[in-house]
Amino acid sequence: MDQGGPALTKNRLLVIGPLAFLSTFLLYPLGVILVRSFGSEGVLLDPFIAVLADSYYLGRIWFTVWQAAASTVLTLVIGLPVAYLFARHDFPGKTVLKALTTLPFIMPTIVVAMGFIALLGPEGLVNMALSGLFGADGPYVRVTNTLTIIFMAHAFYNYAIVVRIVSAFWSNLTPTFSESATMLGAGRVRVFTQITLPLLMPSLLSSAALVFVFSFTSFGVVLILGGPRLATLEVSIYELTLRLFQLDIAGALAVVQLAFTSAFLVVYTRLQARGAVPITFVPADVGARKTRNLRDRMVATAIAVGLLVLLSPLLALIEQAMSSSEGYSFAHFRGLFSNESGSYFHLSPLMVAWNSIRFALLSMAIALAVGTTASYVIVQRRASSHVVDALFMAPLGVSAVTLGFAFLMAFNRWPIDLRGSWLILVIAHALVAYPFVIRSVLPVLRGMPPHLRESAALLGATPVQIFIYVEIPILARALLVGATFAFAVSMGEFGASLLLVRPEFTTIPVAIFRLLGQPGESNFGQALAMSTLLMAVVTVGFVIIERFRYRNVGGF
Amino acid sequence: MVSILHCRLDRVAFFCPRDTNQMSRNSSEVPFVKNQTAVFLMIVISVLAVACGGDNDRELVIMTHDSFDISEKLIAQFEAENDVTVVLQPVGDAGAALVRAILEKGNPSADLLYGIDNTSLALALDEGIFEEYRPSLMDQVPARFVLDTSGHVTSIDYGFVNLNYDIAYLIEHGLTPPVTLEELTGADWKGRLVVEDPASSSPGLAFLIATVSYFGEDDGYDYLDFWRDLRANKVLVKDGWTAAYYTAFSQYGGDRPLVVSYATSPAAEFLYAAAPVDMPPTGNILIDRASFLQIEGIGVLKGTNNKEVARKFIDFALGTSFQEDFPEKMFVYPVNSNARIPDSFRFADVPSLPADISAAEIGEKREQWIRDWTRVVLR
Repeated sequence: MDQGGPALTKNRLLVIGPLAFLSTFLLYPLGVILVRSFGSEGVLLDPFIAVLADSYYLGRIWFTVWQAAASTVLTLVIGLPVAYLFARHDFPGKTVLKALTTLPFIMPTIVVAMGFIALLGPEGLVNMALSGLFGADGPYVRVTNTLTIIFMAHAFYNYAIVVRIVSAFWSNLTPTFSESATMLGAGRVRVFTQITLPLLMPSLLSSAALVFVFSFTSFGVVLILGGPRLATLEVSIYELTLRLFQLDIAGALAVVQLAFTSAFLVVYTRLQARGAVPITFVPADVGARKTRNLRDRMVATAIAVGLLVLLSPLLALIEQAMSSSEGYSFAHFRGLFSNESGSYFHLSPLMVAWNSIRFALLSMAIALAVGTTASYVIVQRRASSHVVDALFMAPLGVSAVTLGFAFLMAFNRWPIDLRGSWLILVIAHALVAYPFVIRSVLPVLRGMPPHLRESAALLGATPVQIFIYVEIPILARALLVGATFAFAVSMGEFGASLLLVRPEFTTIPVAIFRLLGQPGESNFGQALAMSTLLMAVVTVGFVIIERFRYRNVGGF
Repeated sequence: MVSILHCRLDRVAFFCPRDTNQMSRNSSEVPFVKNQTAVFLMIVISVLAVACGGDNDRELVIMTHDSFDISEKLIAQFEAENDVTVVLQPVGDAGAALVRAILEKGNPSADLLYGIDNTSLALALDEGIFEEYRPSLMDQVPARFVLDTSGHVTSIDYGFVNLNYDIAYLIEHGLTPPVTLEELTGADWKGRLVVEDPASSSPGLAFLIATVSYFGEDDGYDYLDFWRDLRANKVLVKDGWTAAYYTAFSQYGGDRPLVVSYATSPAAEFLYAAAPVDMPPTGNILIDRASFLQIEGIGVLKGTNNKEVARKFIDFALGTSFQEDFPEKMFVYPVNSNARIPDSFRFADVPSLPADISAAEIGEKREQWIRDWTRVVLR
């Protein structure tokens, strides 16, 4: 059975890379910030007692846990049909539609909120249409600050995670089992619940874990769409740090948050390690079919239409970015290029886009390297694999505010002085991005049939040759999914401008926030134009990643 | 895959040519396929080594909040006169800038910090992050705009936080702007006001302080009673100014015609109108003691190696050319009484009687006010 592991698992040195990355860029800065937050007397229990004895914070913890669970369920329900569409159907425009589905994931929350207002607000497109049809007293859609909005927003943001990870896995599953079951007389529902769903389980768990952790540490969605009445732990940490200046309590809450996510991740990684079964993977074009009969076509069309409805807030934003008092125009886009006031901070939108792109590509490269090696390490450590796995997922559980300050504190002196360097930003993005690579690569790596590697080894292939000629072709699709999310995480700029050490490194989301910091219609319009630019750049990026081919292996 | 990796490493060289040319040339000769670990370590090492920044005595770094803005040509002028490179470093909102300066105490990554105001001054002074400096130009700053009498923080600009209204909405609904805060709890304004959470937003905190000044904290109807009534009257709370203004204010598609903003916001609406207008679409509601005077200042951070140039920058920022440059960029008033106020500021009314609460009192009670407010309005 020792031969069963992927070839590179033989290399014990492999563990050094990802572990060094994790210790240097997560554990070390966290240590620095916590020591600094708790004061010179060392880590005392006082702030923890203060947190755990306060019914308010206990309430925040409970709310954070259950809203994340509810959001995850809703996200799975929405994501699964879309994943089916992309896994099992071929249709014109599939690549672009797939790129569009991932857009919500990278949009700044405030922009999405503006999209909802443009669509569903009192003067939004829907209500204008309704009052046009039924008169001023007709039906009226209202968006209010409720819990439902949080669930819906989390689903809106995160369904792409489910879609991408599950559909990549799904399209590589051999249809043999379900075809045999159908032949033996099983109905569609039975085939799905008893054959397809169990086979999909590793990828479902993988994406659910990411969605849960993202909803658990959610900040912008809760703060902006939910309203301040519903605060998660992350929101409390933010307020304690930046408004109440109580760094010790904030630090204690950050530790509590990390403890919760880690405990959750250990349980989950244990489940997943157990649930892995060897699977026969096939190139995607075997499983995906041209829509054959009318029923198939209707189902696919319904899902695609639902998808467009889901994306309509973003379309409403584009509509608004192009509209002006004299009908549609590119005035706001032109406005982005001019610097009439001669501001020190003005950057051409092309420069801003280029910043975003280069930082994202570099973060993606680092995340792929770290994530792939980490996946091999996890597979290699049989006994403790779930603990190692959970450890590598830790960056997602750390409070973004805490991590931002931690980076600034830890890397401003010898031995690592990143003051004024764009690297601090890229590394921070890579740190949040590489867990996506692990989560998409791991299920495939675990299910990879050992006989392929064994045959290659028998024929005299070196471990590296096996990696290139056998494993990468099988991993390719999962790697692309990981790359897509690594790219997306960086483009979406979680954590905004805190780590933006120089104004000339301004990225698209930061430029949007800057424009939205001042009143005035042109600022508003230009912010929407900048958001449209973000969507365009990201869509093109996604399509290019999707079209990437490796050694002519067909079907991804 | 191989070519992708090389391409990335070349890009590293592109980012920072001086330090990395040599390295990227070497690393591009290591075939990815030979040893993945080696390549990974190369990446880690190059990432660690390529710290383009580093200490530079001829660089003056000024940490600011994200709303700071100034003309490029003024900065260029200061750079030429003092043979120094100026880096303006926005690091988030004013709270983020202050927290960062406090955390970096003793080993500051910047020489100056701009953005301390009367809601954060007490903490900044307590923490002792600033050097003392009293520029001679302070004699051109009227006493009411002097933020810090201890001489650590120099006032640069000021503004007012108060209510704005959507003119068209009020006309359409036959409403006239309120003249007292008490009116806001009445039926006319039910569900028509949006404010910012003082726990997460500085104008939100400023407005809360104004209500403390207006209603008082003890006996009879106090500021918490007012907020309790506002809550019953369906006040909407948003986390920050941007969300309040651009998603809830009726001017931008929301359904609330009253918003907590700045006295200069109508002037900004005038200047940044999509097509030229004669009048801004929004107006100020100026109620005595219900607006908040916010004074912002700059200070030299302790531990800087550039004390002299840093002080010169403060002098420069108090001079009329600098003071006349930022009003139409940041939409705040210059503190120097010799600086001309721009024409567009005719729409930026100056409240005659703002709230009267000292920075010291704010420092002492801010936390309690926020806690009580949160309890009454949000829970």
